[in-house]
Amino acid sequence: MDKTPQTLPRDSWTFSPGINAEIRRAADTGIYDIRGGGAKRRVPHFDDLLFLGASISRYPLEGYREKCDTSVVLGTRFAKKPIELKIPITIAGMSFGALSGPAKEALGRGATLAGTSTTTGDGGMTNEERGHSEKLVYQYLPSRYGMNPDDLRRADAIEIVVGQGAKPGGGGMLLGQKITERVAGMRNLPIGIDQRSACRHPDWTGPDDLEIKILELREITNWEKPIYIKVGGARPYYDTALAVKAGADVVVLDGMQGGTAATQDVFIENVGQPTLACIRPAVKALQDLGMHRKVQLVVSGGIRTGADVAKALALGADAVAIGTAALIALGENDPKWDEDYAALGTTADAYDDWHEGRDPAGITTQDPELMKRFDPVEGARRLRNYLAVMTLECQTIARACGKSHVHNLEPEDLCALSLEAAAMAGVPLAGTNWIPGQNGF
Amino acid sequence: MQTIDLATTPLRDVNAALQAQASRTNQTEWVIENPKGAHAIAVGLDAPIEVTVKGSTGYYCAGMNKQATVKVTGSAGPGVAENMMSGTVVIEGDASQYAGATGHGGLLVIKGNASSRCGISMKGIDIVVFGNIGHMSAFMAQSGNLVVLGDAGDALGDSLYEARLFVRGAVKSLGSDCIEKEMRPEHVEILRDLLERAGADAKPEEFKRYGSARKLYNFHVDHAGAY
Repeated sequence: MDKTPQTLPRDSWTFSPGINAEIRRAADTGIYDIRGGGAKRRVPHFDDLLFLGASISRYPLEGYREKCDTSVVLGTRFAKKPIELKIPITIAGMSFGALSGPAKEALGRGATLAGTSTTTGDGGMTNEERGHSEKLVYQYLPSRYGMNPDDLRRADAIEIVVGQGAKPGGGGMLLGQKITERVAGMRNLPIGIDQRSACRHPDWTGPDDLEIKILELREITNWEKPIYIKVGGARPYYDTALAVKAGADVVVLDGMQGGTAATQDVFIENVGQPTLACIRPAVKALQDLGMHRKVQLVVSGGIRTGADVAKALALGADAVAIGTAALIALGENDPKWDEDYAALGTTADAYDDWHEGRDPAGITTQDPELMKRFDPVEGARRLRNYLAVMTLECQTIARACGKSHVHNLEPEDLCALSLEAAAMAGVPLAGTNWIPGQNGF
Repeated sequence: MQTIDLATTPLRDVNAALQAQASRTNQTEWVIENPKGAHAIAVGLDAPIEVTVKGSTGYYCAGMNKQATVKVTGSAGPGVAENMMSGTVVIEGDASQYAGATGHGGLLVIKGNASSRCGISMKGIDIVVFGNIGHMSAFMAQSGNLVVLGDAGDALGDSLYEARLFVRGAVKSLGSDCIEKEMRPEHVEILRDLLERAGADAKPEEFKRYGSARKLYNFHVDHAGAY
């Protein structure tokens, strides 16, 4: 018997089992992988930051006793009717079509209970959504599906979508399985086709045009509505500066962890910047223009906890928006549907084929039977609870840093656990006074 | 008849006055003088009034119009009648880019030429152009009718959905998934009605019809080269 030692099987880092599986899948099907959600790769994030807390030089506020305000007003620059929110956490734009009607209803109910706003998506505004949302932001998208002046006027704010973090520079895709009669009717398209949403607006190009487009929207709505401009995390300094120049009341900045209903995996994972890398350049643009706190900044993309909220605010944001986290709060990817996820070849927490319309949780689907699994009233209660917890967490941290308003959190309250996070967030590496990239180092 | 001079009246006041007209107003005729290329004139109207703009307009004249009839005696800048819902908009001169973009309904008549992307993403609007139209017109057009008495530029009807395109003159090139289609009797009738309502001196039989081949409606890798 040969006793020569054998080399153990060795997986390649470059050609890992996951990469090889994708090569085989591509070879088999001839189409790139489409999925929902945001970037799944590990990127520097809020986890890489820590708060310093109070010390001799800064004293804390008493938890549960001393007030720590969480209110925020969005749209104070030009709009006659700014939006007043009780908490600095909003619900990001997600479409009826990508989500079921009851899921949209739950988002509206939950946001209203928590004292915050929710947002429409590609596909227009539904009566259920308007009816259940005390404060509703109406997205103005390149596709203009369902766009009309009546809905513009019954919105509380208008969000001009230039891009989103999951796919800066990309349009949308709603596959035919989800184009039911109602969805098709709202979008003026044949039933069952793959619906493409344009990647750029049909009637303006560039910031000079955008300024005129905003003028038109303000004229149509009597200058009442705050006008947000949403951009993906591509060139946050310049995009923020140009949005301000174009006349925005609010800039919404969505990093690459921000989710989408469906797009190419290669796009999600390889285009755009992490949320953490986007905030400071955007804030600097506002500060350079003398517009910080005058034009509000809403940050989204991977916000999960009150700590994430506090860190985004400390870096200069006025509020945050959540999308994926809100869906999880509603019940998306819940382990109670493990058997159904297994039948789809996936697991709870990993399921992302939202475009296929077979969501076991009944949230990202238009299938009537699956939709019955989701109770919008219960979903709203869960979302309200989750928003309340995040707010309490954010307040806890703010009080520990001695802040009577969460907006008083500042970069000086933070340190970073990695060189990358320190450089991106512009805060010192823990244990040092070194901010990589500053002062020539 | 009400006359407003844009040289001395702020745009906000002009639009507010027009937008305030109720559906049963007696003040149905309005004239706007000295537009001088101003943007967003007569936007968001929602009453059966007739507004005549004496001169040329900038961007988005008559944007999101409902019910009203808006006439521009000069030329119109980009995005005229964008997202129109209903009513009628008539441009005596030429129209710049994106005329009638994303319009959901109503009739847009351009008596001169229209530039590129005329009828882009149209969703039910009817557009009649007496002259020529530029490249990429009716891109991703979903529904409605685009009628062109003159010629069409490159890539007409690229990625078209269910909109109907009628062109009397030459088409420089068709976009992806746009093909010439048979002109059936029902199309002749649609075209005859549109020509008559627009006051165009042309016969339906002189036109060719273009529409979607519907090959790109559901993604297939064999069609990837067309995207």
